[in-house]
Amino acid sequence: MKAAVVVFPGTTCDFDAYDALKEGVGVDTEYVFYQTRDLSKYSLVVLPGGFTYGDYLRSGAIASRTPILDAVRDYVEKEWGFVVGICNGFQILTESRILPGALTRNHTNAFICKPVGLRIANAETPFTEEFEPGERLSLPIAHADGRYVADPATLQRLHKNRQIFLVYDPENPNGSVDNIAGITNEKQNVFGLMPHPERFWHPWLGSDVGIRFFRSLVRRVRHG
Amino acid sequence: MAKQNPETLGLMPPEIQVIRQRMGREPNWVEWGIFSLNWSEHCSYKTSKPFLKMLPRTGPGVVVGPGQNAGVIDLGNGWAVAFKVESHNHPSAIEPFHGAATGVGGIIRDILSMGARPIALLDSLRFGDPYTWRTRWLLSGVVSGIGFYGNSIGVPTVGGEVRFGPDYQENPLVNAMCIGLVRLEGLKQAVTGKPGNLLILAGAPTGKDGIHGATFASIDLIGPEEEKRPNVQIGDPFYGKLLIEATLEALEIPGIVGLQDLGAGGLSTAPPEMARRSGTGIELDLSQVPLRTPQMTPYEIVLSESQERMVLAVQPGVEEQVLAVYRKWGLEAQVIGRVIEDPVYRVRFGKEVVADLPMDLLLDGVDEVPQGPIGSLSTGSATSTHTNPHRITPQPSTWADLLLDLLQDPDIASKRWVYEQYDWSVQTRSVVGPGKGDGAVLWLKGTKQAVVATMDGNWRWTSVSPYEGAVRIVLEAACNLVAHGAKPLGITDCLNFANPQEAPTLQEFEQVIQGLRDAALALGIPVVSGNVSFYNQSETRRIPPTPVVGMVGLLEDLERMPQANFAQPGNRVYLWGSPQADLGGSVYQWRYQGTLGEFRKPITKEEVVRILHALLEAIHRGWIRSAHDVSEGGILVAIAEMAIQGSYGLEIPAMDPDPAFWLGEAPGRWIVEISPRDAHLVEDFARQRGVPLRFLGTVQADPHLSLSGQTISLDRLRDAYERTFPGFFEGRDASTQ
Repeated sequence: MKAAVVVFPGTTCDFDAYDALKEGVGVDTEYVFYQTRDLSKYSLVVLPGGFTYGDYLRSGAIASRTPILDAVRDYVEKEWGFVVGICNGFQILTESRILPGALTRNHTNAFICKPVGLRIANAETPFTEEFEPGERLSLPIAHADGRYVADPATLQRLHKNRQIFLVYDPENPNGSVDNIAGITNEKQNVFGLMPHPERFWHPWLGSDVGIRFFRSLVRRVRHG
Repeated sequence: MAKQNPETLGLMPPEIQVIRQRMGREPNWVEWGIFSLNWSEHCSYKTSKPFLKMLPRTGPGVVVGPGQNAGVIDLGNGWAVAFKVESHNHPSAIEPFHGAATGVGGIIRDILSMGARPIALLDSLRFGDPYTWRTRWLLSGVVSGIGFYGNSIGVPTVGGEVRFGPDYQENPLVNAMCIGLVRLEGLKQAVTGKPGNLLILAGAPTGKDGIHGATFASIDLIGPEEEKRPNVQIGDPFYGKLLIEATLEALEIPGIVGLQDLGAGGLSTAPPEMARRSGTGIELDLSQVPLRTPQMTPYEIVLSESQERMVLAVQPGVEEQVLAVYRKWGLEAQVIGRVIEDPVYRVRFGKEVVADLPMDLLLDGVDEVPQGPIGSLSTGSATSTHTNPHRITPQPSTWADLLLDLLQDPDIASKRWVYEQYDWSVQTRSVVGPGKGDGAVLWLKGTKQAVVATMDGNWRWTSVSPYEGAVRIVLEAACNLVAHGAKPLGITDCLNFANPQEAPTLQEFEQVIQGLRDAALALGIPVVSGNVSFYNQSETRRIPPTPVVGMVGLLEDLERMPQANFAQPGNRVYLWGSPQADLGGSVYQWRYQGTLGEFRKPITKEEVVRILHALLEAIHRGWIRSAHDVSEGGILVAIAEMAIQGSYGLEIPAMDPDPAFWLGEAPGRWIVEISPRDAHLVEDFARQRGVPLRFLGTVQADPHLSLSGQTISLDRLRDAYERTFPGFFEGRDASTQ
């Protein structure tokens, strides 16, 4: 299998996602520039974190209107593999309506970088299969616009379909509704999360718990 | 145009005289402008150069020493580390957010100019009275500016320091240090190469911002701040990020000869500096420069300090390839000139020659201007403050209460409020980030090695004695690296001083340089890059001499790195190093006596170096479970920090009643934790090496510090330690300003 790490102008976490996949998980990984229009040869497409186009409009807004997002939409629809959006990548996915809701300014009104406590809210998705239900873990966050919001109907649907796979616990660092840190779509082939699993890919970095998310996906790709 | 006086550009009458004499004609206004930038203190180092020559510049690992955009040291594994510190004090005093942001952008491009990928930033900040609105405005602006730029470009801000002193009230200091990694074979320098080579300007389009920024950095900050705001450059981190990626990609093209970022002085300074290193001339055509603002005059184009721009010298034939890479990343790039044999800096606008200057006069002529002896300088009227307006009296009467109070001192208190606004974990190298440990530990992926970096200054020490303070600061920086098991490799220094036209400043400057030199020689490491910032002075106040030392070291084996917090109950905790320290210059003295005091005697540099090497060896042998450098707040604060960072307590059965032992400060002292199994071995080793080793207490599973029977919970200590910075912004204190 091959994984793609998408590089937009202003992407900053592309190297980290690449290292986590290639060194941490051992997957054949390539960088893909944002002008690419065909992603069909990849089993996993990662939209990494960063400040695409400086995030001078809303975070992720301009990147969500680049041609590669048409390719991502096509990829998701045809179920060629999995899409993971981390931090700015999650913002791009909500801005392009591939995932519901929106990511708004943290309630602290400041950029926050620190490891935070999290809980696996659904261990039955392809992204979380290596975790126990309700398992607690810690991952770094690094964002100013991470407060997840959605209208009541969307929230109800997210809960009903168990699309919320990751929640902040015990502390909600950014004011996200229902402590939401990560969600998936109904088909469970797109995952968006604000914390950075790719930053915890080696014990020297504080932990290697992050690679369990990617390993879950790889196992699903390889063994169905 | 009315006849204009070049003195209004900051040139001094004797300088104007030398220029007129050597030119043999009256320079035009564009030429005066170019001279004023090149001859400014900021660009020419005219005052500091004779002193800076005293610093040791060479050493076994030095690949590139001072005089380039950054110093470079060989790491011995095919990689080299490039690093440099730079000040952005004056812009930050006027416009803290953009001043600090562009400071970060500028130092990053210095590292990029070496062909290195920037991997980390550190910032050393000084502010005035924290209980004033002005300081809160500056602090929050500077911190958001640093975060805005560093976070957006994906270079982690991994360390630094924030300190407060009354004389920084009008003149805060913002010193930014960047570290980069480069393969030895990919190393670049800021040269033009042979005549016939082409010059490419790449990056952001040129606008009207920052014109005369370097001139502005070379005068005292007096007068309405608003009038100087147009001199402050505006940074755009998005362009900065594109410039990093495009430049590193372009450098893969064979035929790129050299590159340099456009910083202070813009096109008026960078191309001539490159040409000097190759012994060539330069001819530019300003009509080819991509502009952000239409219809800029040649004067404005050549003096603009628009950010996020680089100049590349390339062999003819590869220019289209280079331009294509920049355009792929959405940046402007244009051939704007060529390298010529004639040793002149010739600037055209289309066919019209707008400036034609002899290179040697432009770059070195300022050294011919006669300088009066120090004795002839004025003594100045601005003064320094030697008493603490916020002295705490009476001092708390028990060890427990004293510690709880000391942990709230702004200089000691947790800087979490600051560093959590910085992305410090991007690039996944930060084994030890800010707020933990003594330096930043940056993993060299693919190896077991790490680069360890720190920034240190101490205005109290250099106020007590500029020479002795500077010695101690260098040793202190080395001690921080050694706490993580890293061998110091090299120094970059940022020298922040008051007005050098006044005798006291120049005397302080000379003494500090001597101190830096002597300590660097004792450690056997070079000063490979640096920056001087003068004129940090207002009408009434001058900053204390503030050398800030950035130091980089190499840790060979991450698996042997001691922890920063107590590791294991039952382990024995010792003081490694001299039990003698000074209350003079300490936080204790300043906080409770309200004075600076004196040093008892000069530190013995050679002894500190010996003790430091012995600790490195003990760490290498795997004996040291945790280690922490003793610095501000002395041993008492150091043990509290080691407890707070983890979850174990410490029991100290009997406290020596001498405050100098627990609260004194001096480099060459660490708290170390040793397993009882190794204790005899280590005690013997220390004896053999002549290292004073003093048992303090035993690590406890119980999360309390026990000081001669008085116990404090770690939660109470944490609460005290974390309270101060958030408190600044709760409006508890409404003093004026």
